[in-house]
Amino acid sequence: MILLHAIPWAGALAGYWLFPEQLPLLSAIAIAALFAVSLDLIVGYAGLVTLGQAAFFGAGAYTAGILAQQGWGEPFSGLLAAAAVAALLGLISAPLVLRAGELAGLMVTLGLGLMLYEAANKAAAITGGADGLQGVEMWPIFGLYRFDLWGRTAYLYSLAVLFVLFMLARLLVASPFGWSLRAIRGNARRAPALGVPVKARLTAAYVIAAAYAGVAGGLLAQTTSFASLDALSFQRSADGLLMLVLGGLGSLYGALLGAVAFTVAHHALSEASPVFWQFWLGIALVALALAGQGGLLGLARAAIARLRRR
Amino acid sequence: MASAITVLLDGVAAGMLLFVLSVGLSVTLGLMNVVNLAHGAFGMLGGYVCVVLLNRLGVPFPLALLAAAAAAAAMGFVLERLLYVHIYGRDHLTQVLFSIGLVFIMGAVADWLMGARTQLIQLPSWLSGRMEFAGIGLGRYRLFLIILCGFVALALHFGLVRTRFGARLRAAVDDGVVARGMGLPVGRIFSITFALGSGLAGLGGALGVEILGLDPNFPLKYMVYFLVVVAVGGANSVAGPFLAALLLGVVDVAGKYWIPEVGAFIIYTAMVVLLLARPQGLLARAK
Repeated sequence: MILLHAIPWAGALAGYWLFPEQLPLLSAIAIAALFAVSLDLIVGYAGLVTLGQAAFFGAGAYTAGILAQQGWGEPFSGLLAAAAVAALLGLISAPLVLRAGELAGLMVTLGLGLMLYEAANKAAAITGGADGLQGVEMWPIFGLYRFDLWGRTAYLYSLAVLFVLFMLARLLVASPFGWSLRAIRGNARRAPALGVPVKARLTAAYVIAAAYAGVAGGLLAQTTSFASLDALSFQRSADGLLMLVLGGLGSLYGALLGAVAFTVAHHALSEASPVFWQFWLGIALVALALAGQGGLLGLARAAIARLRRR
Repeated sequence: MASAITVLLDGVAAGMLLFVLSVGLSVTLGLMNVVNLAHGAFGMLGGYVCVVLLNRLGVPFPLALLAAAAAAAAMGFVLERLLYVHIYGRDHLTQVLFSIGLVFIMGAVADWLMGARTQLIQLPSWLSGRMEFAGIGLGRYRLFLIILCGFVALALHFGLVRTRFGARLRAAVDDGVVARGMGLPVGRIFSITFALGSGLAGLGGALGVEILGLDPNFPLKYMVYFLVVVAVGGANSVAGPFLAALLLGVVDVAGKYWIPEVGAFIIYTAMVVLLLARPQGLLARAK
């Protein structure tokens, strides 16, 4: 069983030697995976659909970026700051989202995300506006490993952060807290009868997911030495949801799988033409929605179950 | 002072346009509780139909408008029967993914067929230019929009209040389960209403080429506006979305005119605040 868990991580590590030319892409996958994990916590486990997760991703990216730009380039404290700012934003917005109710709450997340995008767009003095944040300079990790041109340090750094946070998330969802989230997703009216404080638990999940997204954003800013409005865009939120659904909701490993499949397909197809990618992305989304959820991981599980029955 | 009135009238014209574009969505959301982020795609289709007919085939503008509405209604009907029926009653995440996917597909197709650039149309001479009315300058096209969309709004209002179909629709929105129990064909009512709403979106898209611009990004760019109109206006009347759209148009135009540095921030803030203050809609009675 432990072996089964080791496979994806061994594969990710092997990528470092197997694809030395593609390390920036691999870093992008690791960051996308962390973002998808953050969405899985809130959408997959707590059952709260959000269209504005990019707000936290972008907040983290700008926090880490601005910190480094202003002369504090220490990576780990930068990530902590990114997580803290994103969590704070989550704490402020959670009551608004939860108060509005299901459908209106969905739109509140969308509205809040767009508000932050516009705010960053207009606050060009701080964020660089549409040009993006320039002059992000990182210090070496532990004062030893520089961020090199080929993205070696960047990839190992992103992968290590993803690994630690992923394992933390696994502990979290296996804890009583994680089970109470599933209870709320299963039946939000019955959960209070079982003694689950619904609002408090959802708020906590929302804040934790926000912090995760913030770290993912911080990683992006640190490894690419750049932060742009792109990090806050609706497209980012939609992409994250798609990765999650592509891989499979509510299993954490589905988020990893989805991020890999999505990013690789994006890379391969948009080389042909961005419109081509957009078209097939749309087809995949419609097909996934109509076929029901479970994603790639669900398909794999069904296949394994069928093999066992024989 | 004159400029304030001009801005107000421009805002009203934009709001009327938004109303026609988004009123169909209020039915999708209100009647079937479906999060349909693809509503703008029908507007985009209408816009492109109008552009092609007008620029390439030289069809008169009113006819092009009709054709745009008909094309969008036809596509709405087909898509509803083929695809949308499968996502009624599913969870919101599925609906969100489905409709975003639809937007991506239609955007890509539009890009392939028509290119990524913003489309322009040449308005007929009787609609272009400005006219002075009691010392207030107003574009003729804006005036045309206000009259036409106002007429559409009135027709919808009386259609909903006075006709048998309207009564059935209201009953279905109020309580779909009971309506079905009373023998109303809720599925068919919805089918027709969906096609009608899509057709209106097509009309709005065609009318909006001149004001809102048209490119393959149209459905995503204005998605929030449609959602605001519906979320703020509520689903069970024509007056609610109408007022919401007018408010949105005026605030948006005035904001862009006088405080451009704040930009779209106002709209998003207004949306969030109104959603929190009146989650059931602007005119809804408290339950």
